[in-house]
This record gives sequence, C-alpha cells and structure tokens, in this order.
Amino acid sequence: MKLKTALLGAAAAFGLAPVAAQAERGADGEVKVLYYQAVSIVNPYLSSGTKDVEAASLVIEPLAGFDQDGVLFPRLATEIPTVDNGGVSADLTSITWKLKEGLLWSDGTPVTSEDVKFSWEYCTHPEGGCAQAARYEGVVAVETPDPLTVVVRFDAPKPNPYQAFVGSTSPILQKAQFAACVGAAASTCTAQNNAPIGTGPFRVVDFKVNDVVQMEANPNYRDPAKPRFATLTLKGGGDAAAAARAVMETGEFDYAWNTQINPELQAQMKAGGKGEFVTGFGTLVERIEMNMTDPSPGLPEGERSTVKHPHPILSDERVRRALSMAIDRNVLNEIGYGQAGRPTCNLVPSPAAFASDNTGCLTQDMAGAKALMAEAGWTDTNGDGILDKDGKKLSILYQTSVNAVRQDFQALVKGWWNELGVEVELKAIDASVFFGGDPGSPDTFQKFYADVEMYANNFDGTDPEPYLSQYLCDKIPGPDNQWQGENINRFCDPAYDAMVAELARTQDFQARTELAKKLNDMLTKDSMVVVPLIDRGRLSARSNTLGGVVLNTWDSELWNAADWYRVK
Amino acid sequence: MTDAPDTLERPRSQWRDVWLQFRSHKGAMAGLAVFVTLILFVTLGPLIWRIDPTYIDPDPVRMIRGRNQPPSWAHPLGTDQLGRDMLARMMAGGQVSIAVGLVAMSISVLLGTLVGVLAGYFRKLDNPLMRLTDLFLALPLLPLLLVMVMLFRDALARALGPETGTFLMIVTAIGVTSWMQAARIVRGEVLALKEREFVLAARSIGTPSRRIILRHILPNVMSPIMVAATLGIASAIITESALSFLGLGFPPDFPTWGRLLFDGVDYLQQYPERVIWPGLAISLTVLSVNYIGDGLRDALDPRIRGR
Repeated sequence: MKLKTALLGAAAAFGLAPVAAQAERGADGEVKVLYYQAVSIVNPYLSSGTKDVEAASLVIEPLAGFDQDGVLFPRLATEIPTVDNGGVSADLTSITWKLKEGLLWSDGTPVTSEDVKFSWEYCTHPEGGCAQAARYEGVVAVETPDPLTVVVRFDAPKPNPYQAFVGSTSPILQKAQFAACVGAAASTCTAQNNAPIGTGPFRVVDFKVNDVVQMEANPNYRDPAKPRFATLTLKGGGDAAAAARAVMETGEFDYAWNTQINPELQAQMKAGGKGEFVTGFGTLVERIEMNMTDPSPGLPEGERSTVKHPHPILSDERVRRALSMAIDRNVLNEIGYGQAGRPTCNLVPSPAAFASDNTGCLTQDMAGAKALMAEAGWTDTNGDGILDKDGKKLSILYQTSVNAVRQDFQALVKGWWNELGVEVELKAIDASVFFGGDPGSPDTFQKFYADVEMYANNFDGTDPEPYLSQYLCDKIPGPDNQWQGENINRFCDPAYDAMVAELARTQDFQARTELAKKLNDMLTKDSMVVVPLIDRGRLSARSNTLGGVVLNTWDSELWNAADWYRVK
Repeated sequence: MTDAPDTLERPRSQWRDVWLQFRSHKGAMAGLAVFVTLILFVTLGPLIWRIDPTYIDPDPVRMIRGRNQPPSWAHPLGTDQLGRDMLARMMAGGQVSIAVGLVAMSISVLLGTLVGVLAGYFRKLDNPLMRLTDLFLALPLLPLLLVMVMLFRDALARALGPETGTFLMIVTAIGVTSWMQAARIVRGEVLALKEREFVLAARSIGTPSRRIILRHILPNVMSPIMVAATLGIASAIITESALSFLGLGFPPDFPTWGRLLFDGVDYLQQYPERVIWPGLAISLTVLSVNYIGDGLRDALDPRIRGR
C-alpha cells in the first residue's frame, strides 16, 4: 500500500512537471509540419524552391525579416538601420548593421561580422551558381570594422538597402562551417548543405533528402524561453489535398504548407473540425511563362532553351498576346481558388503602391485573339482546325507540376487555345522534380524544355526590385551557370535592364513605385512574356491545437515558428 | 443398315471440343460475357454516346453549373469537376486501357514463346537464354518503366505525336518486361515434348527443325501460352493504371481508366463514384480475363476434357 502511494505520488509529480514548466524551452514536445514538396536541401543559396528556403528559415536567419504586414523587424541585428538613426549613409551608398551582443551559433561559438561578410562572398562567388544572387545586386563590399558591426557598401545610391541579409532568402551562414564550400565546391558540400549551423530556433538532427527533416530546439537560441517545442518534424511528400486532410481531418500533422485545393474541398475539410485554413494575400501569382528560346528536342543538349536559338513561334509578341487574350481568368479563379484567389494581370500585385492599374486582360476576347493571330500570319490553310504558317503548325507544349488545380487549369486553357486554333500538348511533372532545381533533370522549371509553363512565384519583402531584377539579361539560366538563373523566360531587353538600373538608383518612394509599375507592365501587358493568371492568397492549414501561427506572405511562412505553442 | 450414314456423328473438330468444355466452366462463361460487354462498351459505345470526352462547355456560366453533376439522363455517370461527361470519359479511357492490355500482352506472349521455344528446343541456346530470362526477372518493373518514361517520352512524342508515342512506349515497356513467365512455362513444355515419339518420328524422317517447331511443338504448347496471355492482359492493364495513377503515363488530358482514378482521388469523399466507376471497370476486366484464362486452361487440357 505504501509503495503504491509512493508510486502514485511520483507519477503525479511527473505529470504535473510540464505544467509547472510551461514557459520553458521545449516544454510543448513535438510539432509536426507537412510540406508536400519534400525538402531537398537546407541551404537557400543553392535552391530557389520555396520549400527549401522555408525549411532553412527555421535554422539559419538573416539580419532582419518581414512581419505579417510587410514591416521590417530585426532578427540578428539590434535595430533596423535608417537614414534617421544614422545606420544608412546620407548618400545611400552604405548601410551599417549592428549585431546583437552575445549571439551564439547552435554549436556554441559566437556570431561575428565575419560570418555576415562570408555569406556575401559565398553567394556572389562567380562559380558558385548562387540561386539568390539577386539579393546582393549592387553590393561592392562588406566591411567588418569590429566583430559586431557590418558595413555594406553599394556601387551606387541604393534607395532600398534592405535586400542583402534581409529576408529568408539571404540568411547568414557560419564561416567556420562553410569556408571550404565556396565557388564550384558549393554543391558538393553535402554535409554542410544538409545541416547548416545556424542561429534560428531549431537545428537539424537528421535529414533524409526529399523525405523528412528532423529538428530539435537550438540550445543556444537567443531567447531562453523559446522555442516552445523540443522537436520539429518537417515531413515532405504527398500532395496538397492529402496534406490538408492530414491537418484538417485526421489531425496527424499540426501545420500543412500551401494546401492549394479546390474551393469545394476546402469547405468540406473545414467541416472536419480538427483545424482551420489560414489565408493571406501577398505577391504569389500563378502565371504562364512564355519561353523566348527554342526548346525543340532536335537541338543538341546544352543548346535547348538557351539564348542561342530564339523561339520560332513565341518570339512574335502578337502570338503571345493572342494566347493571353483567349484565357478567361475569372473562370479559372472560380474553378481553382474561389475565395483564396483573385484574377490579375500583374506580376507585382501588391503592395498596393507598387501594383499597376493593368486590368486589360481580365475579360476574355476570343474574337480579338483570332484576329491578332491572323494579323501575325497564322491562318488555317488546310482546314484541320490548327493554324499554320509557312507549312508549320502552331503547336505548343504546356507543362506544369502535378496538382489537381493545375491540371484543371491546363484542361481549361487547352480548350480555349484549341478554340483559337492552337494545338496544345499537356505535360504534368512531379512537383519535387519540377521545382527541385536538379541540373541533371530535364524536367525542371529552370530548364524549361517546353514552350509555355505554369507555376506560381512570389517575392519576399515589400520591395519588388530584386524580383523585377530577376528578368535581367544576365540572369538567364543555362548550362554555363548550372541552370540556376531566375530569368525563366529568357527575356532580354536592354531597355528593361536600363530601367532596373534606374530603379536601383532612384531614392524617392513615389518615383520607385512608378518605375516598378513600368517594369511590371513591360513584362506583362506590353510584351506578354509573363502571362499572370491568378493572384493567389496563401492558403495553409493549421491544427486547432497549434497556437501562435501568423501567416506571413512577405517572408518565410515559418518565420515565427519560435513563437508557436501547443494549445492546451 | 441403310440408316447407318445418318447415325454416324459428324467428325468433331478439336476447337469444337474446346468450346464445349469451355462452356461447361460457368466462371469462364461469365468472364467471357463481361469481357465482351466491356469491349463492346468501349468500342461501340462512343458511336452511340457521341459526347466528346474532353469537351468543356465554352460558356463559363453553363460550365460552372454543369460541374460535379450527379447521374442524370443527360449524363448517366454524372460529370467531373470541369463538367466533362463521365460516361464518355469512361469509354475513351477503356479504349486505351484495353488496347494497352491487348497489345502489351501480344508483345510479351510473342517474345515469351520465341525465347521459350528456342531455349527448349536448341540445347546450345538454353543456358544463355534462360540466364537472360533470370536477368529480366530480377529487374524491378516500375523503376525501369519510370526511367524509360523519362528517357524516351519526349523523343517518341516528337516522332509520333504525344498519344501514339506514349502508347507505343508503354506497351513496349510492359511487353518487354513481362515475357519471362511465358518463356519459362513454354520452355518446360518444349523440353518434355521434344523427347516424345511423334517428334522423334518426325525427326527420323528428316523434318527440318523449323517445321517440327511449327507443326508439332507449337500446337501442343498452345494451352499454356493462352493461359499466360490472358493473365498478361490483366497485369498490363494494372501496370498502365499504376503509371497513370502516378501521373507518368499518358498526357494529363488523355483519359485512361488509371488517369480517371487518379483525378478522382481528390474528390474521393465528396463524389466517391468518380473513383468507383474506373476502379470497377479495371477490376471487372482483370477478373473476367482471369476467369477466361482459367476456363481456357481446363478446356485446352485433353486429360480433363469431358469431365
């Protein structure tokens, strides 16, 4: 009897212990996050895939990030440097960041300005094929006057100096760990790329490529009470519907990223009662990208979809415009997104100040599209329903990732283009291959071995300059840069390049918005190289038992994972 | 006495006996009926039910209203998420699935018989051919298919168009990776047959090997070949469905039963019939073909004929 009482007492004591220690690090056990695109690498400098950038944002951090309203807040820095507080020089050619004191890497060594400088060197190495090089556009030097001070110098006045080391796509790497991984060696450093030492709330314990990342709380995280979860499992695989179901109906996971499913299914899953959808409108635009280069498989490998060969059909602006005019974006939105999307003609749909008033594409104009095709010389001479010109049929390959909504879009767009007289071949590629960025695979969106492709992309931060500078001539992916450029369309216009340079020089906010709108229009309504379809709200699912989730469309979705807690 | 010619039975052909025996197998008859019905459904069906399986109503209002309809007289199996008629899609899908099954089966039976007869009849070829068979047996089919899809899809689609190219690639891939069972069975039969008296007799009068194989051996191994063939149809249909289900078979707008199943999975809870129809069709085809194979085996074996 006595023993039993003693045991009960002990059990009660253990049972109560977690309650008493609620504000402690790791008190809430495990949190399970589902990314249906599995994580391939935990280094955003070597992958442009959102899934990789966001997984890495749990481990490595930039100096400053964006909150849910798009407002900058310091992460590793003590404060946001501005001209007023003296952090940004009056001529806008340099910015001085102060690191917080006592910051430690997860291995216990101190964070210094040398690490910040190294991160810049790492990403700007000419042989490295850094996927985020646009973040360091215009940076000529990073100086380290003392271990806690970083001075970033620009080649010209930089009205928006918050690009380098800001946001989840340009985090700080540990110099000691990555010193041997600079340049061509970058992608061979598997151990480092899979488990970087960071300052974020979690650190990688075990990483199975394209499957699952096991993380545990970083013992040296700067806030001793955070993160509340002791371990984090980031599982990959499946599809959007299965991911949503795992949170909303079965409750196996606490959070599912990017649960892009049709409106009908959303309503049904909400009835499951185990979770809720969180939405927010940001800069994510589902678009059709036109390939300006020839993807013909007849060309030798290494020349397909490169600037050597302009596209035989889509190089004509009128054809691109006609293809866009034939699309009814309202129907697409109704079928695919409902409340979670809105039709758009802009590449930069928000922040409002940067959004162009371009709405010309919102109404379908099939008759106009047909007339435009005829004007471009495409006529149906042999009566088979397919337009032709000089004996060549107007036939295009339209690829995207495997996703129920995208396949519906493909079927609908194919119907409209068929009506226009365009023969369309559809192709759907597994999402982890399509967005995987593997230079050896022919099916990645960067290689673009198709005439048009559809996917969604966004930019973090509130300033579209880095995003718009992705379309510079020297950002074109090709075999010489391991297919890592961001200019997916291979668009190249010296006037555009000049205007991006002007945007980088312009200081006045009003003038910047005007320039950004002009650049947006050059890519969309003026040239129809990018054909935006839907401004997609971010739709993710969280369990009712997971607290602290704030959906952020301006930075990594896992930006505040340190604040997540278990609702008891 | 004068009536004798009338009482004499007409000479019975071998195939008539086979058919009589086959008819006594109830499962096989039911299977045959189902299989013939399915084939008529997918071949003659589209001639009667003339809705285009990929037709999407161009009028947005009608299209959105016509989505996810339950069965009605206008759409006996309902419509899918884009308002396409499910009955028409089932017919179009069945044509592809059954055609893949039949063609892939023919390829695999041809290859299997060729390898089996050669290995069984010619001693010198036996060892190398059987090791080759073992090698193919050791190859995992699905990963191999995935690699073939990646390597050859573009090239074939360019040469022959996306549909024909993918069709040829899939049937060839399934055919060349599923002939091994047939080859082993045939070889075993041939080994036994070639020591039988009638083969020795034929050889002793100087019949060339080619003729012995065609006249004496092949007709006697027909029974196992037929059985292997029917089973081959079933496995080919299932493999094609698996590939389409993984999104790797035909282009996404090209209906096959496997693809319909894949598209229906997202709507499994709301509209289970979207998955049930193609699933049922695949199961029925495979089951009926297996029963036919079972009946054929019994019917082609003279030792149990008449029992």
